[in-house]
This record gives sequence, structure tokens and C-alpha cells, in this order.
Amino acid sequence: MINEAANPGEKSFYQVSTNKHTGILSWLLTVDHKRIGIMYLIAILSFFLVGVVIGLFMRWELMFPGKTIMEAQTYNTLFTLHGVIMIFLFIIPGLPAIFGNFFLPIQLGAKDVAFPRLNLLSFYIYVIGAILVLVSLFLPGGPIDTGWTFYIPYSIRTSTNVSMAIFAAFILGFSSILTGINFVTTVHRLRAPGMTWFRMPLFVWSTYATAWIQIIATPVIGITILLVIIERAFGVGIFDPALGGDPILFQHLFWIYSHPAVYIMILPAMGVVSEIIPTFSRRTIFGYKQIAYSSLAIAFVGYLVWAHHMFTSGMSDTSRWIFSLLTFIVALPSGVKIFNWVATMYKGSIDPQVPFLWVMSFIFLFSIGGLTGLVVGALATDVHLHDTYFVVAHFHYVMFGGTGTIFFAALHYWFPKMFGKMYNKRFAVISVVLFFIGFNMLYFPKFILGYMGMPRRYYDYLPEFASLQLVSTIGSWILAGAIFFVVGYLIHALYKGKKATANPWGGVTLEWHIASPPPMENFHEIPTITHEPYDFSQLKEMKYGE
Amino acid sequence: MEHNNTEKHGGSYTTLVLVWIGLLALTSITVTVAGISLGQYTLFVALLIAAVKSGFVINIFMHIKFEEPIFKVFIAVSGITLFVIFLLTFFDFIYR
Repeated sequence: MINEAANPGEKSFYQVSTNKHTGILSWLLTVDHKRIGIMYLIAILSFFLVGVVIGLFMRWELMFPGKTIMEAQTYNTLFTLHGVIMIFLFIIPGLPAIFGNFFLPIQLGAKDVAFPRLNLLSFYIYVIGAILVLVSLFLPGGPIDTGWTFYIPYSIRTSTNVSMAIFAAFILGFSSILTGINFVTTVHRLRAPGMTWFRMPLFVWSTYATAWIQIIATPVIGITILLVIIERAFGVGIFDPALGGDPILFQHLFWIYSHPAVYIMILPAMGVVSEIIPTFSRRTIFGYKQIAYSSLAIAFVGYLVWAHHMFTSGMSDTSRWIFSLLTFIVALPSGVKIFNWVATMYKGSIDPQVPFLWVMSFIFLFSIGGLTGLVVGALATDVHLHDTYFVVAHFHYVMFGGTGTIFFAALHYWFPKMFGKMYNKRFAVISVVLFFIGFNMLYFPKFILGYMGMPRRYYDYLPEFASLQLVSTIGSWILAGAIFFVVGYLIHALYKGKKATANPWGGVTLEWHIASPPPMENFHEIPTITHEPYDFSQLKEMKYGE
Repeated sequence: MEHNNTEKHGGSYTTLVLVWIGLLALTSITVTVAGISLGQYTLFVALLIAAVKSGFVINIFMHIKFEEPIFKVFIAVSGITLFVIFLLTFFDFIYR
């Protein structure tokens, strides 16, 4: 499946165990950051595909007005599960846990993360959280039906298995916090000699900023979840208005975590974009420091905008305009990144390989997502659009068009390095095109439907929405087809793909200086860094440069 | 990080006991104040006492006072973020 030897006479990390075991146990008990990254990839990709299938069923139900294939309660359960799986099991851990684990130490010139055993513990906590989500589906009471936001008061009234499902999110939070602590410590303590802060690749910068959000924001959702469980069990009256509690307090606490969590999702994706664009433009990144600082700025300002989810919830008018203003401010560092990426490509020697095409798709989709974010971030328009399909479309353009697209970009960019095999590039180009068409067919009609007044999370709809709903459902088939096609040819490439060279794209960050797949502990000796991260003059002197 | 200066690291037993007594005293004040009607200042006073207690625990029991500056920066970033979150939440609570 994997290259027998990374290079003649050299064993890859697939062939060397970090423990005394061989076979499956050598994986399950490994402390190697690359193997843990691969295990995360298998787990997270599996849950992502489950989320896709659930989404397909939801779209099938919505293809025609009235009941199509399921009852209303089943639909309520499915959209909740789709949200919980996609948010907590796919998109939050996705890029940091898979690619952060695999590449952060390598890009820093380190042999592993700072706490390898803690890293394995994070993985198992993730697995335990995921199992709890699955168990909650089959216990008496039935699967959770609150939506992924678990809003009070419904979440303390419904008889479905809310407590167990949200406890799973509580457990998953610990995995996120421990990963964050590991990455912050690794960046501070394990940089190779000469790897100064401003020689770190931008993927490291963005993962570092993300790790801080994971550490500071995640405990808030942990406490909030425990309070909901206590409220359900004992009726204390913290959030329940019937007992004198404040349901808006729940929304504050929920979004104090969940809005920064949006930046946990998108920041690493922005880091990947900052890696791919210079590599395929053969040009050093434009405004390196501005991009690095903008990651920190997004991480910080991202904390201060949470209540823009609550403009119609009944909070104070003062809060509404303050949070609207802050929301517009967070668009600035995001804009800095977009302009710098475009400026990097300007007069570059662009080689439009597959990862670059995914990134182009990202810039288009994420720009639509970002700009429509300003529409719902403005008070007056939000009153009209709140809780409509417009918000669903905006969110999917940002998260799926943004992070989801970059998940595939990263997979295609680093696949040869991770597995030592190259996929079929023609298939890959077809998949990007299909993905792009399917994505826009699925989600763009939702902007129009939302503007027309179609509420989110509704099982049924008025006849005038039928044609756009149908277009959206057909789009879901094309999009899902593209995703399964990608998974298919990548699995095929693992077994039958051509052997990948060490540096198939002509990258210059440290992962491209070592063999594909990398050896155990990455480097025979810790490198001394003498170049800026995107200095392409290195290519001539690189051992594996092509 | 090096831990070769253990004497300096935790402070003397006298300091630790004094801080412990101080924390108990502040807890008693919190309980006492809860029984007095301070109107709109009740929450502010409770938060202030809790902040002072946290300061003692973080600095003395968690050894941050004796650590490298980078750890103090870390704590400060977290503390400032928490403060800003409190502040922004109060814009809703106070003006609702």
C-alpha cells in the first residue's frame, strides 16, 4: 500500500514502530505525531462521510413539498445530527488534528510534538466523545432533536437524549484543549535552530493562533454544557425562564465559545492557503508579517463578536450595535489575507496544479461567504434574514466552501508527502470542477430562498419555494458525487498510485526537504534554518528538489 | 523549563500558610457580603473578591509569580480576554 522504502535504504514512519508492538497495536499505541495524524484522518473522514450521507437524506426529503421520505421528527433529528457531526467531529478538529499533527512539527524542524503521549490521549478522548454521540442515538428517548446549537428552553424541555449528546461535545472539548496546549508548547519550545518566529511557515502561525482559541474558548462551552445538564436534571433555574433563569445567558455562553470556534475552523484553512499559493506561484508570499499578524488579530477579535448571532434574541439595543460594529472590524484582517494571497499570485509563475485549483475554488466561495457575512452582520438586514436559509447558505459558504474546500486542498497538496503515492491528476481536476458546480447549485439557491423568507430547519415549505429546493437537491447529488469520487481515487492511489517523489510540487518549507513518506522522527539531524520560509532560491540546493 | 531552584519556586511555608488564611478570610467576606443588600454593587463586590482570590492562587499556589515572563504573558492574555468577555456581556445585562 505504502512505499516500501521512502528512499533506498531508508525506512518510512510506516515501517518503524514507536513501541514494541507490530501490526494494528503499533498504530493504536503509537506516540508518533504522523501516525496519530493519519488515525485522525481516518476517523474524521469517516464521520465527514456520515455527515454527507445525512445531508443527502435531508435534501432528498426537501426535494418536494410535504412528506417525501421521512417524518418531521426524523428530519429534526437528522439536521441536528448533521450539525453535531459536521461541527464537532469534522470541521473543528479537521485541519489542526490531521494536518497540524502531521506537519506542524515537521515545518518547525522538530522530531515530534512537545507532549507525544498527551497527543495520543487527545485522539482517544476524541474517539470516546464520538462513541458517546453514537450511543446517544440508540438509547431510550431517541436521538437529540434540538439543532446543533442546543438552544434553551427547548433543549431542557425535549425528552430526547440531549444530556448524553451534549456531554459528548463536552468530552470532545477536552481533546481540542489538549491539542491546543500541545501545539502552543511545541511552537514555543521545539523550533529548530534558526527557526525564528518570522521564519515559521504561515500554516504554523495560523495553527498557533488556532491553538490559543482552543485553549481559551473551549472551557466556556464545557461549563455551559454542564449547566444545561444540571438544569435538565435538577431544574435549578439558571437558564429556564419558567424557573427565573435567563435563556439569553445560555446564548451568550454558547456563542462565546462557538463563534471563536468558527475561527478554530477557518484559521488553519487560511494557513494552508498561505502554503499552497506561494508553492504554485513560485513566488514568496506577499506581506508575510501582515498575514501572520492578521491570524492573531482574527483570533483575538473573533472573541468579541459572538453576540451577532443574537440580534433578534431580545438582548439590549446597546449590545446589538456594539457587536455589529465589532463584526465589521473582524472583516478587516480577513480582507488583509485575501488581498495578500491575490498579490502573491500577481506576476507569479503560476502552475495550476490540483491543490491550487482547490484554493481558487476556496477564494471564490469564501469571498461569497465572507461578504454575505457582512449582510447578516448588519443589524437592519439581519432582522429580515435571521433564521432563514440565507444564514444556512452563508454558513455553508464560509465553513464548507472555506474550511471544507481547503480540507480537500490540503489533502491533495500533502497526500504525496503523507503516503508516498501520487493520485490520478485528471480525476482530481474533474472532481474540483464537479465539486464547484455541485456546491453552488446546492447552496446558492438558499441565499435566494432565505431572502424570499424560507426559514431554516423547516421540514415543509410553501409551493413557491419548490423549484429552487429542487435545484438545491440536484446540486447535493453532484456535490456528494464529487466527494465520493475524491475519496475513491485517493484510496485507489494508496494501492495503485505511482510512487511520489519527495518534492512533487517544488515546495520549499521543511516537509519538502525530507523523504516521502517521512522517516520516523522526521529528520536524521535537526536542521539549522537559514532561509525565509518561502525563499524559492533554495530549490536549487535542496537534496530532493526537482 | 528548568526546575533547579526549588526553594525559590514555591515560596516559604509561612507565605503559603498566610495566603491560605487570606483565602479563607476572603471566603468568609464573600459569604458575609452575600447576606448584606448592596443593590447593584452585589455582583461587582463578589466578582472583585473572586478576582483577588484568583490572583493569590495563580501567583502563589500555581507558582506563576516565580516563573519566566512568557508564562505571565500567557496568563495575562487569558485574563484580559476573560475581562473583555465579561465587559461585553454586561453591555447586554446592564442596558437590557
